[in-house]
Amino acid sequence: MNALQLYGRYAAASIRGQMQYPGAFLLLSAAQFGNTAISFVGVWALFARFGRIGGWSLGEVALFYGIINIAFAVADTVSRGFDVFGPQFVRTGDFDRLLLRPRATALQLVGHEFVLTRIGRAAQAVLVLAIAANLLKIGWGPRELALAAAAIVGGAALFLGLLVLQATLAFWTVESLEVANTLTYGGVTAAEYPLDIYVRWFRRFLIFVVPIGCVSYYPILAILRRPDPLGAPAWLLEAGPLVGFLFLGFSLWVWRFGVRHYASTGS
Amino acid sequence: MPQIWVDDLSKTYRVAEREAGALGAVKGLFRRRHRTVEALKHVSFSLEEGELLGFIGPNGAGKSTTIKILSGILSPSSGACEVGGLTPWKDRIAHVARIGVVFGQRTQLWWDLPVIESFELLRDIYRVPEASFRRTLDQMVALLRIEPLLDTPVRQLSLGQRMRCEIAAAMLHSPAILFLDEPTIGLDATSKLAVRDFVKALNRDQGVTVILTTHDMHDIEALAKRVIVIGNGAVLRDASLEAMRAEAAGERRLVVDFAGDVPPLTLEGVAVIGHEGRTQTLAFDPRRIAPHRLISAITADHEVEDLRLEEPPIEEVVARFYALHGADEA
Amino acid sequence: MGPALALSPGRRLAPYLAVLRARFVLMLQYRAAAAAGFATQAWFGLISIMVLAGFYRGAAHQPLSLHQAIGYVWLGQALLVLLPWSADPDVSEMVVSGAVAYERLRPLDTYFYWYARALAWTLARVLPRAVPMFVLAAAILPLAGLGEWGLAPPASLAAGLFFAVSVGLTVLLSAAMTLLINVMVVRSLTARGANTLMTPLVNLFSGLIAPLPLFPAFMHGFLFVQPFAGLSDIPFRLYLGQLAGAGAWAGIAVQAFWVLALGAFGRGQLGRAMDRLRVQGG
Repeated sequence: MNALQLYGRYAAASIRGQMQYPGAFLLLSAAQFGNTAISFVGVWALFARFGRIGGWSLGEVALFYGIINIAFAVADTVSRGFDVFGPQFVRTGDFDRLLLRPRATALQLVGHEFVLTRIGRAAQAVLVLAIAANLLKIGWGPRELALAAAAIVGGAALFLGLLVLQATLAFWTVESLEVANTLTYGGVTAAEYPLDIYVRWFRRFLIFVVPIGCVSYYPILAILRRPDPLGAPAWLLEAGPLVGFLFLGFSLWVWRFGVRHYASTGS
Repeated sequence: MPQIWVDDLSKTYRVAEREAGALGAVKGLFRRRHRTVEALKHVSFSLEEGELLGFIGPNGAGKSTTIKILSGILSPSSGACEVGGLTPWKDRIAHVARIGVVFGQRTQLWWDLPVIESFELLRDIYRVPEASFRRTLDQMVALLRIEPLLDTPVRQLSLGQRMRCEIAAAMLHSPAILFLDEPTIGLDATSKLAVRDFVKALNRDQGVTVILTTHDMHDIEALAKRVIVIGNGAVLRDASLEAMRAEAAGERRLVVDFAGDVPPLTLEGVAVIGHEGRTQTLAFDPRRIAPHRLISAITADHEVEDLRLEEPPIEEVVARFYALHGADEA
Repeated sequence: MGPALALSPGRRLAPYLAVLRARFVLMLQYRAAAAAGFATQAWFGLISIMVLAGFYRGAAHQPLSLHQAIGYVWLGQALLVLLPWSADPDVSEMVVSGAVAYERLRPLDTYFYWYARALAWTLARVLPRAVPMFVLAAAILPLAGLGEWGLAPPASLAAGLFFAVSVGLTVLLSAAMTLLINVMVVRSLTARGANTLMTPLVNLFSGLIAPLPLFPAFMHGFLFVQPFAGLSDIPFRLYLGQLAGAGAWAGIAVQAFWVLALGAFGRGQLGRAMDRLRVQGG
């Protein structure tokens, strides 16, 4: 049973488990939807008052908003194991059980839960994308769709990588890992607007350090056929999502290092 | 060639220390102090295939640390160890595929799923071929009598039921070695017996090597042929259960129920270690005073309703061990 | 309650105070949390400010000046922890483990006991977050010549005083709302739903997503009187001098009203929830 098949089994089992509480599932999904919808209400309110931000219209911002939220919803669905890693695995010692199974620990954590309720955030983001598509006068051909898909998948890989890194921190300190929330939720919030409205050092951070800009800002610029006001070359705009995968690869490498540390210090 | 050997294993931890009270908490914001804990000190032993070993020792003695190293989830500070030719912490995935581990306090089953679904997930995780999975499953279900539990979600099981499923789960991939960490803790009497019988049968009939850690001495008496006593991170004794009993053979107990009120007996070489109403418990060395002579002496002078000759419970033997080697619980 | 009536007020308060102290000490131990929380909030504050600056560029006159809007954002981040984001984690744990039924065994009024815990939990977390944020926004930024990106002092002495009183009411209001969330958790026997439900409401209606004065004018009346306004919008506008004179007293009145209303409502609901637990077996 290879890794992908095993993941399928994990996901199916997790979904079955969650479906035992249909009430809670609906409530949580609805709450997720409401939560993310409300933050868009904030965006809408500001546009209602001001009309434009920098050189961008509501439709364009809606595109940025929708894409990054779908990417995060996808990552969020599969990353629960890493998200709760500190309190539910390290602090309880339950990580030992993962080590006692003849499988990669990262795979087991991805399989820990398939969080269906993220569908709430995803649905709301799709709605916002629909709004964007409606407001924007661009043709949605295979190129645009491919870029959008790449942005979503690359973004999801990046966010998963961030959560893996956050979980790795738990090996060293069982204390608060909120700093990683800055990068995940903060990253989503930051990428909801085009990067050029931010100050330079902030932009650089989001392109070179935590490359959220590469996986969303660039491919969306390519979709909108706008050159980067900050001067990035055209090929980079379209290849941006690959950076997400590189980041994920890096974070898994760091994870292995963390597991080794755990094995030498115990719990 | 022993299946499991441990050579000069040592493990030291650094533990952060925190001062008590509000002031200490504030100080802790700025600086942390550490102290070193030697969890294992030069532990060595070896096990042949099919042995059943009991690991006992006070809390904090190093039992869990040894089990963790043997199972591969902890690496030692120094020393060597091989299980079935593999170094546990270095060849983790290959090694854990061949062992089964049961933690008494924690479950490896999925909380919300029916037991059988947990089993099937484990089959997929351990890559057990369907045919051999079915065979092993049927065997375990029969031996542990868990047929009626298979469709129940784990969260609805009682502790005893869960532990039986837990043990079945650990055996699904037919491991050659089984580690049991406090398997009978918190179980009712029937469940304890069921678990013990199962482990005994497993070891006897299928030759599964078993390492058992426990505080329950009845587990040890029922199962272990060999006992290792660990205290303060070191091996205090590594001997067969019989040998340990023999060492305690220097004491026997005679419990006498007198017909009337008799003051504590004063006989040479006999200590009165208990006196309740008309019953007195006497301790003596059977090598110096033959039991039948003692009984004759007592019944000659007093009217006796009942008497029992006993060996000291193994708990006392072991507790005396701990005390002797300064290994009492911290 | 008989024997309790015979105790002096000090003795009656003692268990609640003990709870406050114990949790305060616990909170101090999470040093990494304090630093990380600060970084997170500074980040979100920064984003909000840059977004607002982007919108304000070349824009006409607004109910809040850019500098005031920026101050609003900083105040929001500094006092973020005061907001009732989720149920008291102790209560959540109790409900999940089933121990919540034992709360009725304590010789204390459950509502006030939990209220004290909520207060303690909130207050203990506020200082480590608020102080560094104030230092950054009100001291460091101005000193670095970036005063227009920082937090200006209160608009006037009166504004400062109103602000202080209002923040006190915010704390009480937040605790009352936390108790309501606690009730939701007790009723639904799980923490997830209640927590997720509160976050968007609090986010939007307290002015964190966008300062309430910047919402369309037709919403202003409603936004002012709704209970969440008292969590941050009202104290912030008092600070900025945007609510002054009669408006200031109106703001305080709105806050006080909701403290009492939600407190009374919460107390009733908690009683009923606990009674139901007793009937169901907890």
